[in-house]
Amino acid sequence: MKAKVDFEPKIVVFCCKWCSYTAADLAGTSRMEMLPNFTIIRTMCSGRIDPEFILNAFVKGADGVLITGCHPGDCHYVNGNYKARRRIILLQSVLKQFGFENGRLRYEWISAAEGKKFVDSVNEFIGNIKKLGPLCDVSKYLSEKKTNNVKSSITQ
Amino acid sequence: MTKPKVAFYWNASCGGCEEAVIDLAEDILKVVEAVDIVFWPVAMDFKKKDIKAMKDGEIAVSFINGAIRTEEQEEMVKLLRRKSGLVIAFGSCSHLGGIPGLANFWDRDTIFERVYKEIPSVINPDGVLPQTKTQIGDKQLTLPEFWDTVKTLDQVIDVDYYIPGCAPPPDIIMDGITAILEGKLPEKGAVLAPDKSLCDTCPRSEKKPDKISMKEIKRPHEIILDPEKCFLEQGIICLGPATRSGCGERCINANMPCRGCFGPTKEVIDHGAKGLSAIVSILGIEEEEKLSDEDVQKLIDQIKDPAGLFYMYSLPSSLLRRKIMRKGE
Repeated sequence: MKAKVDFEPKIVVFCCKWCSYTAADLAGTSRMEMLPNFTIIRTMCSGRIDPEFILNAFVKGADGVLITGCHPGDCHYVNGNYKARRRIILLQSVLKQFGFENGRLRYEWISAAEGKKFVDSVNEFIGNIKKLGPLCDVSKYLSEKKTNNVKSSITQ
Repeated sequence: MTKPKVAFYWNASCGGCEEAVIDLAEDILKVVEAVDIVFWPVAMDFKKKDIKAMKDGEIAVSFINGAIRTEEQEEMVKLLRRKSGLVIAFGSCSHLGGIPGLANFWDRDTIFERVYKEIPSVINPDGVLPQTKTQIGDKQLTLPEFWDTVKTLDQVIDVDYYIPGCAPPPDIIMDGITAILEGKLPEKGAVLAPDKSLCDTCPRSEKKPDKISMKEIKRPHEIILDPEKCFLEQGIICLGPATRSGCGERCINANMPCRGCFGPTKEVIDHGAKGLSAIVSILGIEEEEKLSDEDVQKLIDQIKDPAGLFYMYSLPSSLLRRKIMRKGE
């Protein structure tokens, strides 16, 4: 196996249109430097992020998923960010039962003015996922049929 | 005119789906009148060789229940697929994975270890485990390979239609069979049941409040359940909001909450994810802005075994399909 330092994770960052996406934009226009391992998916609100989206990201090859939304009390739709927090906390417990390490799914409150916080949060998250190493290739073990083959690919 | 040929087969299942066919009661006579049953291991003495001897596509319809977890099951369903015009996944296990699909939280080694060694009522001092080949004198005994991962029928062969339920209720079965006999089938891949959520048809929905807020989560054995009130209103998790209707509300009428055997409605990919999303958003958490993540975690931790609960019938058909196993667990 390759050493984990060489591992470049694939990260999906969900951003809310009103705050964290604007923060990401601010980070860009302010020419802040950050790690390039992530792809942003913009939603109207973190409350729009269906747990299905997150699971789909993992199945399609993400090593980590970071959800970002408005600070408590700041949601453009009153309480979408609270709904997101509840779903993510429950989904974290579910993922644990599915054998995921802690930390592959996180959420962070980032306001539109916090470009720096966006950079720091994403960098820190990517660093943590690098330490965890790649997520077991979910699609790979599903295409295998016989026990003997399946074993080698689902056991890490 | 010769009658269309029909086959029934079972895989990883409990036998309840076979019962469901018998439960058609006098209606089964109509079915038998209209079709020729050419294969039904639980009830009739036809063998694999009889199926093998048939022409491809000779069987009009095969009703296959049970999830797929062994080599033999895969071989049989592939054979039936070849010989059949239509294949119907019959019941939750072949449709979604069902209860046997919960084995995807383990793998072959951990299941064998538990079942053949650890269970208190098992005496197995030599630690003998099932083998695919065993030599006894000059004879060799064989068993089919047991897989790590339980699969739904459509993960193994092409499936034309689905009859959902654990077990499918008689009216859904009869409607399905009638549609097949009369050639009035919807587009391929359809689930032969209404595309509404259970809450839509639930007898308790009329009395439910406009806004449901679950202050505390309880389990059915912990309280005396009101037979009129919505389960969610009573703090009992019910998967009605995320589950397809058509079951006849059998559990609800027996004063038990829905556990999702009919699977999700048409547009949903992951039943469990939708279920957890729906339930967690109606938790009656007050002054949430003042709560820390830990506080919310504590409230949500009231949901015991969330993966087992929300994926009770649908684990193999979910996006993740199974647990990732690590050595030494």
